[in-house]
Amino acid sequence: MPKANVTFADVNVTVSVPAGTRLIEVSEKVGAGITYGCREGECCTCLTKVISGHENLGAPSALEDQVLKDNMAPRHHRLACQAQVLKGEVVVIPA
Amino acid sequence: MNRPGVAQSEGAVEIAPGVHWIGVRDPDLRTFDIILKTANGTTYNAYAVRGNDGVAIIDTVKANFADDFFRRIESIARYDEIRAIVLNHMEPDHSGSLPELLKRAPQAKLYISGRGRPMLKGLLHGDRLEFTAVHTGDSVDLGGRTLRFFQTPFLHWPDTMCTWLADEGILFSGDAFGCHYCDARLFNDAVGDFRFSFDYYYAHIMRPFRAHVLEALEQIEALPVRIVAPSHGPVLRDRPQRYLQRYRELSSPALGKETGELKTLLVFYISAYGSTRAMAEEIAAGAEEAGGVLVSLYDIEGGEVAPFVDLIEEADALVVGSPTINGDAVKPVWDLLSSLATIQVRSKMGGAFGSYGWTGEAVGMIEDRLRGLKLRVPMKGVRARLIPTEVELAECRSFGRDLALHLTGQMENQIIDMATLA
Repeated sequence: MPKANVTFADVNVTVSVPAGTRLIEVSEKVGAGITYGCREGECCTCLTKVISGHENLGAPSALEDQVLKDNMAPRHHRLACQAQVLKGEVVVIPA
Repeated sequence: MNRPGVAQSEGAVEIAPGVHWIGVRDPDLRTFDIILKTANGTTYNAYAVRGNDGVAIIDTVKANFADDFFRRIESIARYDEIRAIVLNHMEPDHSGSLPELLKRAPQAKLYISGRGRPMLKGLLHGDRLEFTAVHTGDSVDLGGRTLRFFQTPFLHWPDTMCTWLADEGILFSGDAFGCHYCDARLFNDAVGDFRFSFDYYYAHIMRPFRAHVLEALEQIEALPVRIVAPSHGPVLRDRPQRYLQRYRELSSPALGKETGELKTLLVFYISAYGSTRAMAEEIAAGAEEAGGVLVSLYDIEGGEVAPFVDLIEEADALVVGSPTINGDAVKPVWDLLSSLATIQVRSKMGGAFGSYGWTGEAVGMIEDRLRGLKLRVPMKGVRARLIPTEVELAECRSFGRDLALHLTGQMENQIIDMATLA
């Protein structure tokens, strides 16, 4: 299975993950500061800044796109409960 | 005689030229939304603003009080004159009469905050309800006077906003600056002493969002406010700035941040035979060793919850120790942890520890609670069976040291394979 690396910059932990892993599947296990509310892509609690490697995440769904717009999320911000790491290196930090 | 708490006027009350209070009174209420006590009932305030081209209704009332609400609207306007309905906040005590109002005034356009969409859907199942989502700076022209909107998220829901009527200097503030205090004399210079209600309301409704309160005040304090018209309690027309100032005071750290650049770590414990206490002391000592952290140690048994909550609100990290008794953490620990919903603890660092006899569930349960409160828990907690050994105490010291390293950003980069994560 193809692998990718995601770094949670606030705790300085890099995790090698199978392609397609969502950030939510990893962040709590390493104690990163991304916090979750509904975990279903609606509440925007888990808004996360993608410091680098934005292009290595899967494109946001229509639902995620709408929630990001409703909450006036800045560029290169994603919902950690939705965003999937597809390839390469991704570095994130809580928004 | 105007008797406090007793409804006198059936009609609307003018608060400025062409601006009326059309709310309702609920003087017998003693518990609001399960969590709040009120010695004086409450009001559900709504307002009508008349322009040359029609009337705007700002907020509605709880559904079972709709008759009074509509009676007051009818005393000052026809339904076909209503061209705008503004909901500053979607909670049912303010949106409950919206469906009926829309039936009576079908031509009216509905304005809600840009973040109100999911609330509208969830509360009114309004998939087919037409509305305009507004953001800071958007406005509605009523003919000769304009309503302008300010998004004030998390005062106290994500959707909350304020509506500003510039020509009269009236801020329709939603739940901000409100309180549960019902007095038919309506205005702050006429009603009884409601200061404790004002502070109590802030402490339970706004305090968890005090950072957002301070952001909102930056916008609001720039306005030449002459009247603050909240959605509960007295209309604040006499020296309204003092209520803005009071919010600023209440939103400032209760204890003050006096530790400079040092991060603060609080270690709370409770201990029957001294084992969990010994672990707490080692954790505190380990954190001290790491440097850059001011560590404080507290025996929960010897303190009241409220001052501990004040301490936690200001701290950067919180570690909680409990023995396991009958498969659970002990009640004083839960009393403390269940009291943290009234403050902002999101993203603080957390951890747990404790001694146990034969099962040791408490540590995991405390960690789950800390995660539920949206603290980050970077390290698995430490447990010791009955009296901790020297090795276990050394683990506690190491746990404290590593927590401090996390807290101060000194932890070295770790590279982990996901398959190794529990």
